[in-house]
Amino acid sequence: MAGYEGKTFKWVGTRPIRPDGVDKVTGRANYGADMNLPGQLTGRILRSPHAHAKIVSIDTSKAEKLTGVKAVITGKDFPDMHNGVMPGDEGVNFHHLSSNIMAKHKVLYDGHAVAAVAATSAAIAEEALSLIDVKYEILPHVIDVDLSMQPDAPLLHDDIFTSGVNPKPEKPSNVVQRIQMQLGDPDAAFKDADVIVERSFKTKAVHQGYIEPHAAVAEWSEDGQCRIWCSSQGHFMIRTLTARLLKMEAAQIRVMPAEIGGGFGGKTIIFIEPTAVLLARKAKRPVRVVMSRDEVFRGSGPAPATSIDVKIGAKKDGTLVAATGEFRYQAGAFPGSPVGPACMAAFGPYALTHVRATGYEAVTNRPLCYSYRAPGAPLSSFAVESVLDEIAQKLDMDPMEIRIKNGSKEGTQMVYGPKLKAVGNLECLKAIQSHPINKIPLGPNQGRGLAAGFWFNLGGQSSAVVNIAEDGTATIMTGSPDIGGSRASMALMAAEVLGIDYSKVRPIVGDTSAVGFCEITHGSRVTFATGMAIIQASEDIVLQCRQRVAKMWEVDVDAVKWEDGHALPAGANAGDQKPLSLAQIAGKAARTGGPLVGSAAINAGGAGPAFGVHICDVEVDPETGHVTVLRYVAAQDAGKAIHPSYVEGQIQGGVAQGVGWALNEEYIYGEDGRLQNSGFLDYRIPVASDLPMIDAIILEVPNPGHPFGVRGVGEVPIVPPLGAIANAVARATGVRMTDLPLTPPKILAAIDAAK
Amino acid sequence: MSGFQYEAPVSVDEAVGLLAGAKGLAKVLAGGTDLLVQLRTGAVQPDMVVDVKRIDELRQISGNAASGFVIGAAVSGSEIGEHAALVKAWPGVVEGMELIGSTQIQGRATPGGNLCNASPAGDCTPGLVAAGAICVVAGPKGRREIPVEQVPVGPGKTSLAKGEFVVALKLPPRAKNSGDAYLRMIPRTEMDIAIVGAGVDLTLDASGTCTHARVALGAVAPTVLLVDAAAKALIGSKIDDAALAKLAAAASAACKPISDKRGTIEYRTKVAGVLARRAAVIARDRARSNG
Amino acid sequence: MSKLHISATVNGEAVEYLCDPKQTLLDVLRDELNLTGSKEGCSSGDCGACSVTLDGRLVCSCLVLGVEMQGRSVETIENMASGEELHPLQQKFLEAAALQCGFCTPGFLVAAKALLEKNPNPTETEARYWLAGNLCRCTGYDKIIRAVLETAADMRGSK
Repeated sequence: MAGYEGKTFKWVGTRPIRPDGVDKVTGRANYGADMNLPGQLTGRILRSPHAHAKIVSIDTSKAEKLTGVKAVITGKDFPDMHNGVMPGDEGVNFHHLSSNIMAKHKVLYDGHAVAAVAATSAAIAEEALSLIDVKYEILPHVIDVDLSMQPDAPLLHDDIFTSGVNPKPEKPSNVVQRIQMQLGDPDAAFKDADVIVERSFKTKAVHQGYIEPHAAVAEWSEDGQCRIWCSSQGHFMIRTLTARLLKMEAAQIRVMPAEIGGGFGGKTIIFIEPTAVLLARKAKRPVRVVMSRDEVFRGSGPAPATSIDVKIGAKKDGTLVAATGEFRYQAGAFPGSPVGPACMAAFGPYALTHVRATGYEAVTNRPLCYSYRAPGAPLSSFAVESVLDEIAQKLDMDPMEIRIKNGSKEGTQMVYGPKLKAVGNLECLKAIQSHPINKIPLGPNQGRGLAAGFWFNLGGQSSAVVNIAEDGTATIMTGSPDIGGSRASMALMAAEVLGIDYSKVRPIVGDTSAVGFCEITHGSRVTFATGMAIIQASEDIVLQCRQRVAKMWEVDVDAVKWEDGHALPAGANAGDQKPLSLAQIAGKAARTGGPLVGSAAINAGGAGPAFGVHICDVEVDPETGHVTVLRYVAAQDAGKAIHPSYVEGQIQGGVAQGVGWALNEEYIYGEDGRLQNSGFLDYRIPVASDLPMIDAIILEVPNPGHPFGVRGVGEVPIVPPLGAIANAVARATGVRMTDLPLTPPKILAAIDAAK
Repeated sequence: MSGFQYEAPVSVDEAVGLLAGAKGLAKVLAGGTDLLVQLRTGAVQPDMVVDVKRIDELRQISGNAASGFVIGAAVSGSEIGEHAALVKAWPGVVEGMELIGSTQIQGRATPGGNLCNASPAGDCTPGLVAAGAICVVAGPKGRREIPVEQVPVGPGKTSLAKGEFVVALKLPPRAKNSGDAYLRMIPRTEMDIAIVGAGVDLTLDASGTCTHARVALGAVAPTVLLVDAAAKALIGSKIDDAALAKLAAAASAACKPISDKRGTIEYRTKVAGVLARRAAVIARDRARSNG
Repeated sequence: MSKLHISATVNGEAVEYLCDPKQTLLDVLRDELNLTGSKEGCSSGDCGACSVTLDGRLVCSCLVLGVEMQGRSVETIENMASGEELHPLQQKFLEAAALQCGFCTPGFLVAAKALLEKNPNPTETEARYWLAGNLCRCTGYDKIIRAVLETAADMRGSK
């Protein structure tokens, strides 16, 4: 990608107010649950109280007879499904996906949907749910991933045969897959190590914790056309999956992107939209389905619990000679754990010649396991960073020094295949090394923790349209939901290329019938890939303007250059024509070929991997085990920060989530397999008073795969905090703990046990 | 369809009449911060809800430190926290009230509600028990006064009869050189249910010797515990390290907790002693500066 | 149960509505009065997204019954700007990028406004504890707290 190297940006890198900001500070912005259509009904979903049970029968007759009930559906209303693959090459098992949205013959977790109703009021809908009689035959359940992998574990599915093992198993099991990636010969290389640390870790399932519950409004019309308003991380994903699951054609469905109140990966898959569509179709009226917070915890797609073994060997001088990790990741009730990315990312910050990552995934009686910000990586990184920290302690070495000594950099061979191009890992390490936090003396019961993190980032398919109005202002449209300020980034990039003022660019998130396909907002891809589409669509406008001006001036297009929003003669050959502004050119568009419409539809490669290095200070109350985070600093390579405030925001937000994950967040199940903390009271995400200011340092090592050098920034910030906090607690208490979260009772028990 | 009758009486007698005459389950609505959650989840399905916030007597704080404060049962946490004289005389009682939930919850939550929700972990109750507060109960047979610790009889259960409700909480006259404190342990810094709570109230004589003490523990038994042995560890001492160690041991020894999603038996038992000790130190220091 | 007729003041205007006893003030605002700026994040008073002031007091509207509103006055996010002029907190939230997804933002603004009315000069710790009942999962609170403290300083300076 050429053309912008060395360019001084006018808009990129500035911090203007986001275009959608006023709507969001005045309460005007419409989120998923804010839609209210004439005649709209309330949809409610009945969910299983059992972790694992056969559905013997469902009697909906009493509910159907209740006045005000307009539709009742169960799993039988959903078409039978076979496997298939969705665009974007994400393997999706449609039978599993359909069975998750509405159970067919078995319920596989507490919270699994079994029926749904639409009624004229919420109270009637709730009463109708209580009138649905479901007879269950309770089956033994398993939630712990290690227990689920045992040969005698309760079996969830009879069609899962472990892939990736030889010979192919003849019996079904809960183990979905075994994967392995390796460089060199770690088993042999451990012999060269002066010190080896090998530890086992356990972590609990956690939820993405977005504040907006899932919400969808569906409307069905007599000609089979359907409209859906919902908040998701990808309305094209909603269209594709709704079409496949309900055996409709994609163009029959128009999905309108509502504002999205947080997702973090949890809204990259479908939960309620097909249910809303079926209810609307049956009721012949629009239906709104909004999850309660309890339903969000019990029935969406939380991240996995894990069991991990990591072994690392080092020379006396701190050189890492070999490393292995076995990562056993919980899937939910259906396959879908992120153990692959976990293996890819685990050792990412380190240049290792001999390394092996082995992954297992096992289904368990808990909700669908789905993406959560850098899926899988925070957990594998936590284990690796903990072991590395212990090696540094054993070698009496500065934890920073061992990381810099072994840090991955341009040319490093990654265990999952590629060699790194220009990356900012060492730059981040050195930024933290020279940060003033290192000079602050620690008091009693205080500890300082360090960790590095890696995420590979994604590119993928995006479309964009740039429409120039007759006065030279621009409306730019993409199909990527704006989850945290991406409209501002898109407008900045378009303003930069077009050379017009940021305020003259109006960014729109288009619905599925208005703009070309865009993959979901995930993998830190939007500013990179959709941004690239915006850049190309804007370049398309610039080229069209130059072509039209060339015609007007009767010169070759190469004789017209574009600078600062104006067409100018490129050299003496073009004569002494006066510059023409975009507004002037747009004003003459009718006479020079019609409307100025630029577009781009791309499948972006070249996503630049991202690195982050975090350091934090904690204080542990030795009598209660309570942890206070005193200071937190995070450095990250953004490639090029388009809107630095929102890059900082991504870093700070990822840190906060990671701190919650490390200290307090967990799914707590009872013996009966039911979730005991399905609310924000006992699922403890960090509150404002739990955290200090989070110092976010942006470094810019341009990504050679993007015209402006952009790297995805959204995910890597959640990778290091688990390790950083755990390392700080270990150093504050003198006790190394290997079970997350580090709750006060666990810490106190560990301190007392070590006495 | 399921619903309930909503009533908002303006006098105690009217409220008693409604509650006593209600068919089926009648619930008192004060701040509603527990009741509305229970209504939403279906945990409670009342036939009648009696909103007592329009009864003036329940919405006032009267009296003073010397004569004793009377806190209306439906006064909000914010209002209690804004009452300077009450804060000065009974900082521990106020702390307990103010630790319930967020600023938003404080705008609604009431001591009467926290007491009658009868959660062993209610933050307001240990401070009131330590203070020796008396609960004024109105009912079909008139009014009666009982010690606060006799209101809850188990998780979610009170000793109140049908038709009865809490009108006010009476704090005793405040002696000189007295101080109280409430501490709780939660995993975060706010918004959590106490894993352990400890309230201590004490009075010193001119020499700094403790002449009166009451120690109450929350979330370590089915109801808030008034621990006499812990109080005895303080009385007669100068609340020095030896007395504090005895207090902590007595507090831990009195615990009869359960292990649940919020904490283990071992944790609660140990931390109860830690918090009782720390609360006693704060109460002692307040008493010393409260001549 | 039949619905009750309630007369109340919402954002300074007299309103009347019919309300089922089980409906919360949040339900009434969103479903009956079409004031959807107050958000439902939890329905249990734990997230603060539905924050409003009730007779001047900051509360979660999910923990108030609609029928309790007879004769009472509520202020919501929809009334925070005056005309085309944003409240200084709203303006500062925009400038400081103190929002990402924006879902918790109305609740934070209503709560922060209540804070500054009670305490024009809060410390960072006071602001953090006052706002502890407002959950944000996007920002890590850093830019929100900075925006509140900077607005407080601006507003003190302009007096």
